[in-house]
Amino acid sequence: MSAEVFSVFYQFADVFAFLILSAAGLAIVFGMMGVINMAHGEFIMCGAYVTVGLVNLGVPLAIAQALAALTAGLIGVLVEFLVVRRFYKRPLDSLLATWGLSLIVTQSMLLIVGSAVRGIGTPEGSFAIGGYTFSTYRLVLFGCAVAVLAGLYVIFMKTRFGVIARATMQNAAMAKALGARTGRIYAISFGIGTGLAGLCGALYAPTMTLIPTMGATFVVESFVTVVIGGANVLLGTAPAAVFLAMIRMALNASYGQIIGQIGMLVAVILIIRVMPEGLSSVLVRRGR
Amino acid sequence: MFKLLEGPQTLGRGKIFWSCFLAVLAGALAYPLFADSYDVGNFAYFLIWIFMALGLCLMWGYGGMLSFGQTLFFGIAGYGYGVLAINMGGGTATIGALVLSVFLAMLAAGILGYFMIWGGINGIFFGIVTLSATLVLAFFLGQTAGPEWHIGPARLNGFNGMKGMDPLTVGDFYIEGSALYYVMIALIVIVYLALRMLVNSGIGNVIVATRENPQRAEMLGYDVRKYQLLTFVIGSGLAGLSGALYTSWGQFITPSSIGLPAAAMPIVWVAFSGRSDLTATLVGSFLLLFGFQTITVYSQQAALVLMGALLLATVMLAPQGFVLGIGRLVAGWWRGRRRDDGAVMAEAGRLQSEES
Repeated sequence: MSAEVFSVFYQFADVFAFLILSAAGLAIVFGMMGVINMAHGEFIMCGAYVTVGLVNLGVPLAIAQALAALTAGLIGVLVEFLVVRRFYKRPLDSLLATWGLSLIVTQSMLLIVGSAVRGIGTPEGSFAIGGYTFSTYRLVLFGCAVAVLAGLYVIFMKTRFGVIARATMQNAAMAKALGARTGRIYAISFGIGTGLAGLCGALYAPTMTLIPTMGATFVVESFVTVVIGGANVLLGTAPAAVFLAMIRMALNASYGQIIGQIGMLVAVILIIRVMPEGLSSVLVRRGR
Repeated sequence: MFKLLEGPQTLGRGKIFWSCFLAVLAGALAYPLFADSYDVGNFAYFLIWIFMALGLCLMWGYGGMLSFGQTLFFGIAGYGYGVLAINMGGGTATIGALVLSVFLAMLAAGILGYFMIWGGINGIFFGIVTLSATLVLAFFLGQTAGPEWHIGPARLNGFNGMKGMDPLTVGDFYIEGSALYYVMIALIVIVYLALRMLVNSGIGNVIVATRENPQRAEMLGYDVRKYQLLTFVIGSGLAGLSGALYTSWGQFITPSSIGLPAAAMPIVWVAFSGRSDLTATLVGSFLLLFGFQTITVYSQQAALVLMGALLLATVMLAPQGFVLGIGRLVAGWWRGRRRDDGAVMAEAGRLQSEES
């Protein structure tokens, strides 16, 4: 019996980790700046390629993954400085600008790198409970998702940067008047967001085929999670991911991946009818 | 009724504009007499996409709803036409398949639009919800390779796409080549003029008022949601018309014409052209399609990189669109010569009022 229970938890953890890791970066950028980064998938792709490149050079997997997340974060800061910065007053245009960027990056990668790169294979290791065998790496991914949430909690709730960042989020003009360097806060937040996207790519790189268009595999999940999660990562994205993961897990198990994805989309469309501001606003309102 | 062809919501009025319009139309009608049939077929191919661009222009430029889902409805009608044409048999029934498939796309737009608009989704989220739906349809169709995925005798065929449907046919006459080209020209003229009348009519004024300020429009007693839904259904239906015509033109459709990067293309055309005017969108989209096709012959990726760069350049340098900007310069210069400054000011005021 406990094996069945664990099996259900394992499937839930798998989907939950995927949703959290792919959505966290997008949610931070949206929550801080009200910008949806359409090149989010390309930062994920960047993380995956850097990881595989480094591993093929002989760097240990975990270090390669950390470096990949760092690279994506630094590129994100650069992109914020060159492009996104100009569009904070025009959120729809920021959507278009980052989409243009996404097209440029994906298609250039297809031109330069070609369609497929040699993968590195999922780290071995599995364990058995009852009659079932489980992959250890999938549990590692779940652990990483929880760690990302915990890390974000610490950064945004317990550090000086977090206080200033939340102040900027609430009222940028007032924060600036009080001496916060909002420009820098935005740049760092965007960097954290893209760094988390890079981390997502790095963590999933061993489990999938590397193609320049792989970002598209993640964007639907990250979009729908942010749509119903709203602007708050901890109070919105996390419960949204729990909720969507339960729907997805149930449908995946009985009807397969694609029906799971369709079911998730339908659920999101039904939810926005009753809760247009997202889960976080409802939860935040309750909390007050 | 024809008075509505000109009005505050559309650029271009007076004898000069309509003479130019007729001259271009006459040139388009005469074109197959001079060109070989391959080029005519290619031109017909560019014209297919114009409907989708005009639909997005209506939704985004006039209605203020940025839909990323044009290829979703393109795909629904495109696959719909294929399935219906195969199931209903060829012949004149294909005309019915075309009409039904466009209706199907509008129905889907009505359902999706109801949930989004009545849920109060707007701005950025409108874009990403429509894009999510688009990508999910593309993923779904991509995995329908197996023989179990069929509707009647029509196989969906996964990534390889659906084929084997008849093109549009009347009796024994296949509408192909120049005939298809003339059908396209006729449809574009009808749609273009009808949209001009729509946006200059009372309904159009409410649509624009909703874009400017939904709350104010609501306070004036309009149920803005109904107008938004109407705009969304018409705009998406035009994307559906593009899709059905596309399937009929090439007798195939694949999921790649729905997913990324295809979904970005209408956005690039309309943004580059100038979303706030139908004529600018018509002209700009045609030019871009023509240019894109020329480069695609050498490298599709390079053409798409260029489209991405164009989109980025448009929002950074000319957020209102390049074609519209140039058109406005010419019009301003012309009116300036005639010392009709009042009209220029009014026009400029109208075009600047949508900074939001």
